[in-house]
Amino acid sequence: MLVAFDWSQLAQQTVIGLSSGGTWALLALAIVLIYRSTGVVNFAQGELAMLSTFVAWSLVHHGLSYWGAFFLTIALSFLGGVGIERAVIRPVERAPVLTIVIVTLGLVFVIDGIARWGWSSETRSLPNAFSTRPIDIVGVAFSIQDLGNIAVSLGVVVLLGLLFRYTKLGLALRAAAVNPQESRLLGVRVSWMLALGWGLAAAMGAVSGMLTAPALASFDQNLMQPVLLYALAGAVLGGLESPIGAVVGSLLLGVFVNLVGTYVGWVGNDLRLPVALVIILGVLLVKPSGLFGRTAVRRV
Amino acid sequence: MRRAAGIVLWLAAVAAALAVFLLLPHLVSDFHTRDLASAGAFFIAIVGLNLLTGYTGQISLGHGALMAIGGYTTAALVVHEHWRDVWTIPLAGLAAGIVGFVVGIPALRLSGLYLALATFAFAVAMPSLLKKFSGLTGGTQGLRFLESAPFQVTGLKGTVTVFGHTTTQNHFLYYLTWGIGLLGFAVAWLIVRGRFGRAFRAIRDSEAAAASSGVNLAAYKTLAFAISGVYAGVAGSLVAIQSEIVNPLSFTVLLSILIVVGAVVGGLGSLPGLVLGALFIQYLPSIAAHVSTRQGVPEFVYGAAIIVVIILLPGGAGGLLRRLAAPLTSRLYTRP
Repeated sequence: MLVAFDWSQLAQQTVIGLSSGGTWALLALAIVLIYRSTGVVNFAQGELAMLSTFVAWSLVHHGLSYWGAFFLTIALSFLGGVGIERAVIRPVERAPVLTIVIVTLGLVFVIDGIARWGWSSETRSLPNAFSTRPIDIVGVAFSIQDLGNIAVSLGVVVLLGLLFRYTKLGLALRAAAVNPQESRLLGVRVSWMLALGWGLAAAMGAVSGMLTAPALASFDQNLMQPVLLYALAGAVLGGLESPIGAVVGSLLLGVFVNLVGTYVGWVGNDLRLPVALVIILGVLLVKPSGLFGRTAVRRV
Repeated sequence: MRRAAGIVLWLAAVAAALAVFLLLPHLVSDFHTRDLASAGAFFIAIVGLNLLTGYTGQISLGHGALMAIGGYTTAALVVHEHWRDVWTIPLAGLAAGIVGFVVGIPALRLSGLYLALATFAFAVAMPSLLKKFSGLTGGTQGLRFLESAPFQVTGLKGTVTVFGHTTTQNHFLYYLTWGIGLLGFAVAWLIVRGRFGRAFRAIRDSEAAAASSGVNLAAYKTLAFAISGVYAGVAGSLVAIQSEIVNPLSFTVLLSILIVVGAVVGGLGSLPGLVLGALFIQYLPSIAAHVSTRQGVPEFVYGAAIIVVIILLPGGAGGLLRRLAAPLTSRLYTRP
């Protein structure tokens, strides 16, 4: 058994895991972004990404190239995210966490309704952004699409990191998240920073959706539901507080789930999600605030 | 004098509630009685969730999974052991209470939204688990009472005779569900106003302060989970009895979400508004489908209604009731 172990298969499955983990990481990052600034998990993040993907599909359908539609959709999603924050989140900005969570759950239905109303329930597909032809790296065949997905995901993560680290806007965004009162005193328009956060999150979700869809033969309005669950799991695994954690957690989860699904026959395809969730629960029991999260210290 | 007035007011409210409970089935059609019975099951689950989330401050997005435990306990006893369906209710409550207690132990280490997400994961995983253990649960097919054990279904012939009174099956289900619901409500009220309730609220408001005042955090938090689980189990059992079938689709994540929505719309940390929360989640889908059956419109209306209600009533229906009753009650309760 061990002698016949196929190392190239392991490498291939790891890359496939990283590829799906990368798309989860973007959605997880979107969730963490909103969690850090408002303390709320946005359950509608997946549906928002789904809607963005449908917009991208329509753009492609009207003759745009994949990459043209890609960037236009990101811009539209950003505006949409800002608009949603202004319209439905701002009125409950000071409400208890659970109230805002319920509003985002309401948004799940609203956005799902819009997508079903605007686009028929027939299945559709997006063209592949990258060639599906395999490429040979040190004797192992990888798919260009998987490598491209990983590159785009990591690229977006790096761009976001640069935005937060080296721009004035990024500083204001971080300040508004860490200490809203003092930021307000220093002239940061905290409420608008939250709206921008929602915009950025929606844009990242859009990328996630547009990378997820082409990998499937076809997709419908349920496209992002599993991705949302894995992204939540990845974010919790890494620690809801930590952007790095969300990325690392999602990538780890992607590789782990793919390898378990491949090598443990009992798990197969059906039980991947429950197994992932059990792992997360196990990690939470040992480290209640995730791998990269800080333990909350409260002054009484 | 004031105390007497307060007691009279309470008695009047209780009498009015009982009168509505007893008379309602005779005012609406038999068919609507069944909807009301279904709302009653939601009500029980919501009262239980409110004890956990509204009073103890622990958010659970996984109560549908606890309802599944109750529903499947009832179904397994009826189908495999041929118990009479209504006698399984206590055991269903007990089973879900034990599971709630077990879930409550790891929950001690989690707080806030981490707990919400962990319980959410529990709810997400439940249908696949139910499919996996198909020997007990019937897998995807589920368990059907009418095919496997028809004689254990109360009201199979369309009527039920209790203590010499004969009613239709739907009326029986209504009185059964809301009777248990009102009993559960009264128990919840007693819990909330006694020392348990005081400990629960102290934990919700500040764990550190509660602990330093001698409240045993671990004991009370797991206790809240267990009690909440009993309510969810009884509710799930009633759902199973009402629909005479359980399958993995009876208890989805959506159910968990609806229970939370009902509790928030009804008003967390308040009990009287929860009836409205239960009616809200019971009737919203059919109202949304009434607006237009065009694809997507029901979902849109459904979500928009939830958002609008939450924005307009941040304290839920309970908060509204309290505000309406404030001129009355504040005079009753302030000392001279």
